[in-house]
Order: sequence, then C-alpha cells, then structure tokens
Amino acid sequence: MIRDLDGKCPSGALADRWAKYKAEAKLVGPINRRKYEVIIVGTGLAGSSAASTLAEQGYKVKAFCFHGSARRAHSIAAQGGINAAKNYQNDNASIFRLYYDTIKGGDFRSRESNTYRLAEVSANIIDQAVAQGVPFAREYGGTLANRTFGGVLVSRTFYAAGQTGQQLLLGAYSGLMRQVDCGQVEMHTMRDMLDVIVVDGKARGIVTRNLVTGELETHLADAVLLCTGGYSNVYFLSTNAMKSNVTATWRAARRGAYFSNPCYTQIHPTCIPAHGDHQSKLTLMSESLRNSGRVWVPAAPGDTRAPSQIPESERDYYLERKYPTFGNMVPRDVASRNAKYACDEGKSVVPGQRAVYLDFKDAIARDGRDSVEERYGNLFHMYQKITGQNPYERPMQIYPAPHYTMGGLWVDYNLMSNIPGLFVLGEANFSDHGANRLGASALMQGLADGYFVIPYTLAGYLAGEQFEPVSPSDHAVTGTLEETRERIDGLVTCGGSRSADSFHRDLGLKMLDEVGMSRTKAGLEGTVEHIRNLRAEFKENLNVPGSADGLNPELEKALRVADFLEFAEVMTLDALTREESCGGHFREEYQTDGGEAKRDDENFTHVAAWEYRGESEAPIRHQEQLEFTEVMPSQRSYK
Amino acid sequence: MSQTISLKLRVWRQNGPDDAGRFENFDLADVPTDLSFLEMLDMLNEQILQAGGDPIVFDHDCREGICGSCGFMIDGQAHGPERGTTVCQLHMRHYQNGDTVVLEPWRATAFPIFKDLMVDRSAFDAIQQAGGYISVNCGNAPDANSVPVGKEEASDAFESAVCVGCGACVASCKNASASLFTGAKINHLANLPQGRPEAARRAIRMVETMEDRGFGACSNTLECEAACPKEISIKVIQKMNREYLFAKLTHPTD
Repeated sequence: MIRDLDGKCPSGALADRWAKYKAEAKLVGPINRRKYEVIIVGTGLAGSSAASTLAEQGYKVKAFCFHGSARRAHSIAAQGGINAAKNYQNDNASIFRLYYDTIKGGDFRSRESNTYRLAEVSANIIDQAVAQGVPFAREYGGTLANRTFGGVLVSRTFYAAGQTGQQLLLGAYSGLMRQVDCGQVEMHTMRDMLDVIVVDGKARGIVTRNLVTGELETHLADAVLLCTGGYSNVYFLSTNAMKSNVTATWRAARRGAYFSNPCYTQIHPTCIPAHGDHQSKLTLMSESLRNSGRVWVPAAPGDTRAPSQIPESERDYYLERKYPTFGNMVPRDVASRNAKYACDEGKSVVPGQRAVYLDFKDAIARDGRDSVEERYGNLFHMYQKITGQNPYERPMQIYPAPHYTMGGLWVDYNLMSNIPGLFVLGEANFSDHGANRLGASALMQGLADGYFVIPYTLAGYLAGEQFEPVSPSDHAVTGTLEETRERIDGLVTCGGSRSADSFHRDLGLKMLDEVGMSRTKAGLEGTVEHIRNLRAEFKENLNVPGSADGLNPELEKALRVADFLEFAEVMTLDALTREESCGGHFREEYQTDGGEAKRDDENFTHVAAWEYRGESEAPIRHQEQLEFTEVMPSQRSYK
Repeated sequence: MSQTISLKLRVWRQNGPDDAGRFENFDLADVPTDLSFLEMLDMLNEQILQAGGDPIVFDHDCREGICGSCGFMIDGQAHGPERGTTVCQLHMRHYQNGDTVVLEPWRATAFPIFKDLMVDRSAFDAIQQAGGYISVNCGNAPDANSVPVGKEEASDAFESAVCVGCGACVASCKNASASLFTGAKINHLANLPQGRPEAARRAIRMVETMEDRGFGACSNTLECEAACPKEISIKVIQKMNREYLFAKLTHPTD
C-alpha cells in the first residue's frame, strides 16, 4: 500500500474552496484558445456539455462517439430527475444540504471538496438547461416543478416526466450541434476509441476504429477528455445499454492511469426482474416511483396468493417498518439490500424467481389515477409493454439490478488523471459519489463536470504547459496504432467456437453472484480464479466471424468483452482488499447487528487507486487519504 | 408462464450501399414468447454464428425505447405491429407459432444502408445542426424561474421533444419525408419563449436542409403519425408549415 496520492484540493473553508481555486487559476485568453485542440470521447451528458462549452469558448474540439448520432449516448435513458440546490419549494434545500446528503449517502467515501463543488454548481445547471429549451415539468403558474428522491427529506429534484435524461441530453446535444454548425467542433460518429496515445508522459491523442469501414485512425490534440460512462456491463444482466463498456477507461488504465474504487457499484432497487436465458438486458423503473409506490412482500415465506388476496395484516411493508423516517425513500443500497434479504427469507412474490412488490394502490386511491398517470404514465406504459401486466391494477414486480458505477479513473480536483492531459468526466471518474450514489445525482454530476468545472480546470492545465507538436509518425503514435491492430488481428483470427456474448454472460453472472450486492472473502477469491480461467479460454476459443475491414458488431463485442475480462479481476481484487462494508460494497463479514454496512474508518477512510503493471504482474494499490472537515463520518441512519 | 413458438424469418441482407441486396430465409425454433423482438434476433444470430454464417446486422443500444437506435420494417410496418412501440419494446407474445415474419431496413434515399437492417441516419443530425438549438452560451442563463412558461406551452413543447430520432416517420412515408421529425424539433423550440428569437431563421434553415438532404415532401397520408413510436401528432407538421410560411414572409432574404 502506498499512501501517495494528492487530490490537489484547495485548502481553507469548504464553502470557499472553489471560489479560491478559480481566483488563483491560470487562464487561456480568448485569442489563444483557438490554438489548442481538445479531444472529447463520448457524447453523453458529460461529453456533450464539455464539447459545446469548450467550443463556445473558442477551443478547437474533436468529439467522438460510437453511435450513429451523438444523441444516442446512454445518458438518454435516465428517467427520474436531476437535483439542484435551488430551494424553489422553500423547504430548506440548500447547497450545504445537498452536499451533506451526497456525502452521507456515499457513506463517507467521497472527496468532500469535489462533492461540495458539485452541490455548489448544481443550481447553474438548471438555469442553463432551461435556457437551452429543456422542457422540465412545470406548475400552472409557469414555475418549475420538483419532486423528492431517496435518502433525502426535501424536494429539489427537477424532472421531465420519466425521461429527464433524454431531455437534458437533447439540450446538451443541441448545444453540440450548434458548435458543429459554427465550425468549432469536428464531430466523428461511428468511432470506437481503442487506446490513448501518451507522448512524453502526456496524453496527446487516441486511436479509434471507424466502425463502418473498419479503418484504424489516430487523432492528436493537446488534451484528451474521457466522458465514456461506467462499467455496469461487467455484470450480466445490467440496466446499461448493450454497447456501454469499460474499454476507454480500461485502455487508459493500461497506459498508466490509476483506476479508483472499482468495487463501488450501484445495484438499483427498482428494476423489472430477470426472466429466462435469452434476456439481453434489464429495464429500470425510476426511483421516483418510490415517491408514490409502497414496497412490500407477504409476511409469511412461501405465500403464493395473488397480491389482491393478501390482506393488509399479512403484508410486510419492510422499508416502512425498518426505516420509519425515510420509509420507501431510503437510499438505493439500503433498499436493494433489503429486497435481497426479503427474497433470501423465501418471501419472493414470484415463485422460482426473485421479486418484491411496488404497489400504487394507495396512491391511486389518494391522488386519483389521472394524477398518478401524469407523473409516471410513460413508466407504467413501459412496464406493461415488457411484462404484459397492468400496474394500475396489479402491483409492479421489481428486483435490484446493476445500474451505475461509482468507481472510475482516479482524478484530482481538476478532474485530471495521474496522466497529465488526460481528464475524466462524469460517471467515468470516481470522485463525487463515494460508495453509493443518491438518485438524481448522475445527471447533475455529468453536466456539472462538462458545463461548469472543466472549462476552468482545463484552462489551468493548458496555460501551465508547453506543447510541442506531435508528428503522426512519432513512435508513440505509430506504436500505439500497431498494438491496436495486433489486438484486433488476434481476435479475428482466433478461430474458436464460443461467441463473445457467451463469454460475457459467463463472466457477468459470476460477477453478479460474487461481486454484486453481497460479497465474501471466499467468494471473491474464487472469482479471481474463475476470471483468469475464462480469460485463458477466451484467448483460445473465441469465435469472431467475418473480418476487421468493415462493419462487424461481433468484433466490437469481442473487443469490449476482452477488456471486461481484464478489468473484472481488478474490480474483484478491490472488493477483496477493502475489508469493510460501505454503501454498495457489502462484505458479509462486516455488518452491524441490524444487517447494515459497517465501515472501518480507521483503516479504510481512503480512496484505492490501482496501478496496472502488465498482464503477468499484480497491480499496485495506491491510496488517497480522505479528509472530512464539515461533516464527520458517522454510522448512516435512515431510521 | 412463457410459451415457445417457431418462426420463419425472411430477412433483407445487403453488404453496403452499393450491394444489390436480397432476402434470406431462416427457421428459428423454441422462441420464448416473453422475449423482445431484438432478443429473438440475438437468438437467431447465435444460431447463425454456430453454423458458421454471418450474423444479421441491426442497430440497437438501450433496448428501452429511448435511444432511437433500433428500427426496421416488420411485415411492412415501421417498428412492427404494436402502436407506440419501438422494435426493442415489441415482444414475441404478439406472434403465433408458425408465423412468417419479413424484415427490411428503412428505405429512403436520405438513409443509405450501412449493412443489412442498419442505415445511416446522419441526415437527421444535419437537420438539427441547421438551427435546431437555442443560441445560448453556457454561463449566460438567467435564473430558471425568471421566465415563467405556462403549463400548456411547456406540455406542448414536451410532447414534441419526446422524438427519439429513430426515422420511422421517414421509412413509413411514401415520399420518405422527414416532416414529422423536423416539425417536432421546430415545434419544441418554437413553443418556448426562449426559442422565439431565432424561430424564423430556424424554421427556414431546418426545412430547407431537410429538402437538401434528399427527404421528400409531406405526403399528407398520416403514415408517420401511425408509425411514430412516441405517437407524435401530425399537428407538428401543420405548425412547422405555419412557422416556415410566416418566416418566409417576414424574412424573405434568409
């Protein structure tokens, strides 16, 4: 263990740090900005907002995405909402409260300076989004509407029906399209980023594969921003889109960027349960539903009666019973773990599967069906399409599913990784959510990083460095390109019999069982072995049809699965070495008498950051000590 | 409980924009009826892969009906037989044992074929780039509640903003018109006070870019509305025409 990492946070009072940072930051003048080129990988909320904002300021931006259009990034699927410290409801919402809830919700494993800054800029995001034309829900008087979310006692969440992610992304995307129109952004769609080019210790470019022609390309710049999302697809199944992957961040890790807290993953409590062997993904039902829905199971194990036949006295509303203050609105990790406990006790509401009820009967009786439909109509519609059941008449069946990853590349307060010039934004970095993310905070973080943080921190980096032009024939450029070509050739010529999907499934089921909601030392040790064996088989027995010369989705999948197979081992090692429970990381050996996560603050109040050392050497676990000045770590209580 | 059915599939195969293309037939047995349509295609592709063939290429990603990646013709209908549904949200419980199902890509000059059922819809991005935005730099915005927007205007804007850009409207129109898509984008911004300052210029540029990119004129047959997975009303086309006409009268030189 090496306690060597410095987050480079400003000193002084927490509330003054961002202002102090900005006052001292170096600037790039408007005339000089056009001299700098910036590569942005990924066009979700973080990538699109960063690309449009930096382009507006005058930098030359090259943006990349693997979809046919920047608008299809997975941020688009976020349903429930985005938090902001606006206090429009006059219910005592504030920057401090948003910071406090986030740091407590993350079980005191996030960096307080970053979390405070996130809360501080949150209000500006709503202003920016409204100015762009994002059609948030409104009251009859014309002002913005709010709702509440898990782990919180105020209403500060802004939303656009059940598709807040799409509306915010369309806002950021329209800003990006405007900059393409202005000639400030060069947009590259249908490109997979397959490596980072590091020249003289600085990130100076990327290798991409044109997914249509198969051509490998190099792109050079003065800085590289990875806005490439999380790695929930290491599991099988998850709620992530089919193509969401760890490749960009894992390839950066192989080039020397530290990967932080990979074991912090979020298993979202309210998803449509898994069924059958051919299912390709799970679908989330927004946390906002817990505003109105009540979670319950039969009080007695093995009760197979229809829900309408189970009288109130024989139901267990276990969240309301165990957590009277927060009730159904406890944070996600707590809600998920309790759904698991209920099913472990044999109280699943679907025989042979795992599910609990989310019941809207009382909300419909109290507020009327129309009111429930106005708030959640599209979610109910989606549930009915997928399951064939009507949630207005019968409670939804739900179960937790992997959804978001708090871990990511290590970044300092500037959002820069330990490789100079390599910045990491949004879900792809690790810094703001600790061991558990509160609802409606992912959209907030992606946009905070892109609109309001990176413009200040990137300028500081560019102004403080000298940049020599990099020649396309530089050894670092051609060498990285050549390594990528060899990687692809190895996959295409493997000649085995198993599809990339079948390896993904094998890996992902094991990760879900052993590195999912509940983890043990023995299980984690066995998983490391399992991953190594699977990786060995993948090298021998992969079947990729066709060639690398054109559109080949099987090759795309194989490249992603290959990286998941390497990454999964570090993730498992991280879970093994963090000998405590915190947030979504629950080690069965470390729990309170009531089954809650039990932290070990003396030994683990730090960020783990893994340094890759090659395929045959063990990675090194670096540490960044976490400090708390305003809110002291305590046992989280939602009772 | 889930049942299983067997299907005959007739699938359009085409190696790129210059290939002539042809139908290929497949038999697929034991399809659980609780699978989605794309999961059924995953099953077929695994079968093709095991037999040493070339899997069918189709676009997809979120499989929740929101990213707009998926979409092809199923038995001549964009996204298949269910109203208000993307292909990824269509489930096999709507099919019977022994059914023959025909799959074809979106067919439109403005959407060249990448491969099989996957097409290039970058023309939609080009329309969006032609003014499908509000020109506000980050940092300029006033407080979000400083400009009240009536609930009705906000709802009207939202009902247009739900467009996922899938292209079903184009594929279902006999003229391959993008009027529903473009109308939705124009109407979303034109309904909001912050979108008004650029409304005239936006309408002119977006409509003319749509024409330049090879989309046809509105056929007035309402097929687009029937095919739209987000059930966007053709009222947005009327509003687009009104915005465009008014803009041409007031900004004749634009």
